[in-house]
Amino acid sequence: MKSGSNLEKVLEAGHFAVTAEIGPPKSASARVIEAKGEQIGHAADAFNVTDHQTGVVRLCSLAACAILRRMGLDAVMQMLCRDANRIRLQGDVLGAVALGIRNILCLSGDHVKFGNHPEAKRVFDIDSVQLVKAVKDMRDERKFICGEEVGSEVPLFIGAVENPYADPFEFRAARLAKKVEAGADFIQTQAVYDVPKFRRWMEEVCAVGLDKKVHILAGIIPVKSVGMARYMQRYVSGVEVPDEMIRRLEGAKDVREEGIRIILEIIEEVKEIPGVHGIHVQAVGWEEVVPEIMERAGLLPRPVL
Amino acid sequence: MKSVTRQKNLEEIIRMLGKARKVSLVGCGTCPTMAETGGLREVEEMARALEEREVTVASTTVLPVACEPLPDEARNGFRSLLGEAQAVLVLSCSLGVRMVSDYTDLAVLPALDTLFIGREAEPGFFVEECAQCGDCLLGDYAGICPIVHCAKSLFNGPCGGSVDGKCEVDPGLPCGWQLIYDRMKALGRLEELSVIRPYKDWSKSLSGGARRMRIPVPPPEKKSEEG
Repeated sequence: MKSGSNLEKVLEAGHFAVTAEIGPPKSASARVIEAKGEQIGHAADAFNVTDHQTGVVRLCSLAACAILRRMGLDAVMQMLCRDANRIRLQGDVLGAVALGIRNILCLSGDHVKFGNHPEAKRVFDIDSVQLVKAVKDMRDERKFICGEEVGSEVPLFIGAVENPYADPFEFRAARLAKKVEAGADFIQTQAVYDVPKFRRWMEEVCAVGLDKKVHILAGIIPVKSVGMARYMQRYVSGVEVPDEMIRRLEGAKDVREEGIRIILEIIEEVKEIPGVHGIHVQAVGWEEVVPEIMERAGLLPRPVL
Repeated sequence: MKSVTRQKNLEEIIRMLGKARKVSLVGCGTCPTMAETGGLREVEEMARALEEREVTVASTTVLPVACEPLPDEARNGFRSLLGEAQAVLVLSCSLGVRMVSDYTDLAVLPALDTLFIGREAEPGFFVEECAQCGDCLLGDYAGICPIVHCAKSLFNGPCGGSVDGKCEVDPGLPCGWQLIYDRMKALGRLEELSVIRPYKDWSKSLSGGARRMRIPVPPPEKKSEEG
């Protein structure tokens, strides 16, 4: 075991894993995090907390993950290259481990332009591939980027993200290979709606044997309304929402129910794609739906290891 | 084209002038003339705009190359041009502003924002090409700088926001990584993009005060023993 995290145990035991995202508040309220943990804590193996997602200031991932750990939940801390240099990033890795966090997700981060401080200076001292490598070297070589020794173990299960829908499409599998070479243990993907295109990407991934080296969790974003689906189709770069899905939602009497059915169908399909080891559910601002979706997908109860 | 500049808005210029009601204007005959931000015409336009705001313009002049030092013998002439001015407003890049500060004890103020080092990609359209990071990467990326052309300055490939060759930050902005990918592919060098890039040494960039560079002076030649 690299970290002994629940997520690592579930994946290494060969179970189909479920991670779920918890959105932190724009406040200093630990209670908000705890309430979400209480509400959906039984419905996934580990819980990602976003870190100033889309460049909006919120309670930070490190603190929120520590709160979840206090409740006995497995947490995935998200770390961004956008807001911190290599000194801060490596220091936060140590802090996370000290607070019992055992999973880390390394991202470059949405551009500040999309956030609530678009005038902020973006850092990008290192990029997400390099962050993965830095954390792996801290864990496996006990070395900081500068080469100095890390004075303790750094047991972490290292994650990265990939967007199967972004361009250049021919380079996406190669980029994933780079993240795996850098040290990623698991990958959480951008939201999957266009299943055939995701399947094509997975075929490329499997063709070069990456599925044997890394656990891939397909991204799932439940759709609450026609407006949300349209917004994602138009404005969220790299998310492909098929027109057919929007037509289904428009024609539905009960949009919420139809949205859940669509998501259940997607989960059913991605489960069967070779190389997919789990799903990552990002119910942005709608976390309470996660237990229902997992129950109806036949993914509850979660394994206890 | 070297320094690409843009005029500050008049309100900001008026704010900078403060109590100074009499100014001299200095333009530049090189980059700002090409960018139409600080050539002869723009200096005259600025003079008119300031007069309308009840700021007296004591003199206007356009230095051929504001970033080149004025010969010592020309500096007295330059100073006499300033006449009764209480401040000097310079329509050049920041380097020109800095040079003019050497010629006078008056307040020297920038009328332009220095945007970037770029090229005129098409007439009237300037594109940044260099962030002056101090450690040129163009050789590894087929001549396209990822620090400048990628909105996140990524070293190892495009982020998830690259769609149809465009950057998510602005639909009018080409994805730098698509450009790099296409060019590396054309050059038959795609394999090189699979190598994880080393951490960048930013200490050569804007990290340690003003950067300096001295051209090494060769040691004086030893006189021949026999001579």
